[in-house]
Amino acid sequence: MSGFDVIVIGGGHAGCEAAAASARAGAATLLLTHKFETLGEMSCNPAIGGVGKGHLVREIDALDGLMGRVADRAGIQFRLLNRRKGPAVRGPRAQADRALYRTAMQDALRQIAGLEIREAAAEDLILKDGRVVGVRTADGQEIFAASVVLTTGTFLNGLIHIGETQIPAGRMKVSDGVEPPSLGLSKTLYSFGLPMGRLKTGTPPRLGGRTIDWASLESQAGDDPPTPFSFLTRAITTPQIACSITRTTLQTHAIIRANLHRAPMYSGQIASTGPRYCPSIEDKVSRFADRESHQIFLEPEGLNDDTIYPNGISTSLPQDVQLALLATIPGLEKAAVRRPGYAIEYDYVDPRALSPALAVKSVPGLYLAGQINGTTGYEEAAAQGLMAGLNAARAAGGQGPVILDRAQAYIGVMIDDLVTKGVSEPYRMFTSRAEYRLTLRADNADQRLTGLGEGLGIIGPDRRQAFQEKMERLGVSRETMTARTLTPNEAAKHGMTIRQDGVRRTAHDLLSLPDVDFPRLVAIWPDLAEIAPEIVEQLEIDAQYAGYLDRQDADILSFRRDEGRALPPDLDYRAVIGLSNEVRQKLEAIRPATLGQASRIEGVTSAALTLVLAHVKGSKKGRISKEPQRA
Amino acid sequence: MTPTGTPTGTASADTIFALATAAGRAGVAVVRVSGPGAGPALMALAGGLPPPRTAGLRGLRTAMGEIDRALVLWFPAPHSFTGEDVAEFHLHGGRAVRERLFEALVELGARPAAPGEFSRRAVEHGRLDLTQAEAIADLVDAETPAQLRQALRQYDGALADLYEGWRAALIGALGRAEAAIDFSDDGVGEMEFAAARDRAQEIIQAIQTHMDDHRRGEALREGLKLAIIGPPNAGKSSLINALARRDVAIVSDIPGTTRDVIELRLNLGGYLVQVADTAGLRDTKDAVEAEGVRRALAQAGASDLVLLLRDGTIPYTDYPGVTPDLQIWNKSDLPGFQKREGISLSLKSGEGLNALIARLTAMVAERLETKDQTPALTRPRHREALTQALESLRHALTAPQDQPELFAEDLRLALRAIGRITGRVDVEELLDSVFRDFCIGK
Repeated sequence: MSGFDVIVIGGGHAGCEAAAASARAGAATLLLTHKFETLGEMSCNPAIGGVGKGHLVREIDALDGLMGRVADRAGIQFRLLNRRKGPAVRGPRAQADRALYRTAMQDALRQIAGLEIREAAAEDLILKDGRVVGVRTADGQEIFAASVVLTTGTFLNGLIHIGETQIPAGRMKVSDGVEPPSLGLSKTLYSFGLPMGRLKTGTPPRLGGRTIDWASLESQAGDDPPTPFSFLTRAITTPQIACSITRTTLQTHAIIRANLHRAPMYSGQIASTGPRYCPSIEDKVSRFADRESHQIFLEPEGLNDDTIYPNGISTSLPQDVQLALLATIPGLEKAAVRRPGYAIEYDYVDPRALSPALAVKSVPGLYLAGQINGTTGYEEAAAQGLMAGLNAARAAGGQGPVILDRAQAYIGVMIDDLVTKGVSEPYRMFTSRAEYRLTLRADNADQRLTGLGEGLGIIGPDRRQAFQEKMERLGVSRETMTARTLTPNEAAKHGMTIRQDGVRRTAHDLLSLPDVDFPRLVAIWPDLAEIAPEIVEQLEIDAQYAGYLDRQDADILSFRRDEGRALPPDLDYRAVIGLSNEVRQKLEAIRPATLGQASRIEGVTSAALTLVLAHVKGSKKGRISKEPQRA
Repeated sequence: MTPTGTPTGTASADTIFALATAAGRAGVAVVRVSGPGAGPALMALAGGLPPPRTAGLRGLRTAMGEIDRALVLWFPAPHSFTGEDVAEFHLHGGRAVRERLFEALVELGARPAAPGEFSRRAVEHGRLDLTQAEAIADLVDAETPAQLRQALRQYDGALADLYEGWRAALIGALGRAEAAIDFSDDGVGEMEFAAARDRAQEIIQAIQTHMDDHRRGEALREGLKLAIIGPPNAGKSSLINALARRDVAIVSDIPGTTRDVIELRLNLGGYLVQVADTAGLRDTKDAVEAEGVRRALAQAGASDLVLLLRDGTIPYTDYPGVTPDLQIWNKSDLPGFQKREGISLSLKSGEGLNALIARLTAMVAERLETKDQTPALTRPRHREALTQALESLRHALTAPQDQPELFAEDLRLALRAIGRITGRVDVEELLDSVFRDFCIGK
């Protein structure tokens, strides 16, 4: 019996990150993938990050995950989105060279001690006394482990739609043919009686770059210098390229309208839900009928690969219609289609069946991460993978789960949303999902999480050292900023407009004034010039959000009070009198770990919370007089 | 009390009861029982359940003997006031009958309700929102037709609708700002943020108008506060006594629970008027003049309407530091009385008193009446939350054009503040404070 602590099934973004985190946490880990060479494959858009998603990448990086570092090696065009808005909502994004990304991910995985990678198709899970104890592969091997992490992406019962054509598959290769779906595992999950459903996502056709008329198109360059994802990356060394922009036309829309009945989403061939946030071009044209044109970014898939990803025209229309509509788009008139666009339906598990550690509540030893939990996106998948891998490893080692809360990380927001509210469409991260958005920034992900990661023993020596140095410098600089002070009189002499109230202002206070920037402070205190630029940036952000962050800290305190009120996992909700059937069923299905989590379950009213709280406390509220009083 | 099979004796399984009518001797006394034990209690005492929501005459019995012949009603959940099973006993209104029923109910596992507990349960079961629960308290306390109208309107959800409408509008504005943040790369741009600011500005305007009502709704609910001030011996006590004796006035001597003073409550033209802090007034003549003036001024400041009563036979001097809403000149029956601007009367002969009451009634009506169809702000708790919302909204507009995230942050706070009024957030502590005002059994 060959034993591992943790087996990770699937080598996509969730699987890679899960395997790496599990191994970092000290568990003997096995990663099972169909093919080594598809590890780290980007099935859809060759890009990482964005607003919200970029925050997730930074958090993965802060916990010493792989995605940020790999994307930095593979990125061929970096842009900081919302650059001109406030620091809390800036999101790093990069287009990646698909091949470089795979190679960098495979390299990174190979370097991880305690991680073994095998090519095999997992067919079934091995159970013992209701507990998952291993994996049975398609070729009949039985491999045992204390915990199993399942990251099947779109492979679970996957079904590709191109117009009227349907192909059972997990993914379509760019070159030729498809990768087969996972049918066995789907059956296994159904046999557990887990609540499951179907979701849908889509991808655009891939085009031959040499058949596009680039000269006629507007081009868009990346940022110079590029902003890397990883806190460890000093500089981006991969050559950078430009993208081009084109637009759909009225003729494009006419063709789509005329063929809408052949689109699986409209013909009724697909009944499952797709993401509202990532609509197909047929969706855009019918939902926003008054728009005359939609933007398309033509993104190269690699430096040495002229395949083009036309971002913005995901479609599942029949192939002939795809060709016809491309011909109406400026620059794409003669474009060759390397692989058609398609929609894919796949099974997912209602994430409310999971604990906040991403463990299946009814099947001990089993963890799920990524699209199988109803999410969309590489970053969302990777972040879940990291947490699932970490928790699987800790469980194998007899340690308790690690759960990030909503005030700590976007990862915490996402997982709490998933396990508490479930999904009605593929879940994507947005900054508006975070209550504590001004606190959870991409720039301070390390300050929020790396220390925590150190405590968990999952931070490598390089990052530990870099982080400690940075925190030290930051600490010293923050002290300096509060030690340097001016009276209102002195400030006025330096041309600053502040209230003459006799109160001394620190350099930090002054920096929070709208008309004061760091160079003005350097003019007053020349020694401030010694502070490194990345530290200055932090000081500026601290100052810019000063008033808001204080208030948010107070909110976080009260939030944590409710999070601190644990609800027993075996709480008998039928004994809580007064709960409506609907609310009771929701509470029974989700079994919230805390009162705070219960409060976020859809349809659970504050009144219901009061009942639950009163029940748990077993206390009686209010004074009870002996003789009832007058009404 | 085992027939339901539910655990008894825990907080959640509590069955509560209370006298729903006034204590003391009366023709009928109504006792309400709510909770899982209501049905079993009714069965045990009356020998069976009457059809739902239909009165039945039953003999009430325990092992100790007969209690009463009473009308009983059965309201199975969720179609009851609290949303739980509710039983009602309409007893003969004597103390002995009542107490025997209480004893029997306690024996069956029920317990006396805490103040406001019936309404609290109604809110917990989603039968009412907080403004509606407050309206019930107002309905029970209403003394004048205008108070009744306002309370009924609030009970019907008019205020909840208004506040929920603002919440919805705020959510709409916030959504636009959020879109400008999360979808900037998809071409959602500055225009959405600008539109969100405009919406916020509109909501500010609406809240401001609602709040800018000279406390009309609160004054209507609590009674318009009227202060009568004036120098010693001008006749203040006589005026109060005269007002109190008039047929137009409902007079109630209510010993306060927290202050040892008598309050005079008048019904003027259908509106409740509270002659505030009468005790203070009475003291004034005994106090040193300076102290009397200080008190009078303080009182005038806290009132909605200030009457200045003076002796018309004394040569005119400025009365320091106060701008009255109405000046009254007493002692018009005496020689040397000089007619001046305001009302002239004689509290001794009663001459001019009708004119004063007519004038006062008109002034009160002017303060409290409105042609405005929007419901009025009725409670300081609402005003406080709206003030916070307004402050957050105003602060939101100070966010720089390039920092929609700061705008959004303030809008979220404003949303929370408005949500507190109808009970959407922070309900646990909120419920405690709201229900502290409540009597049981409502």
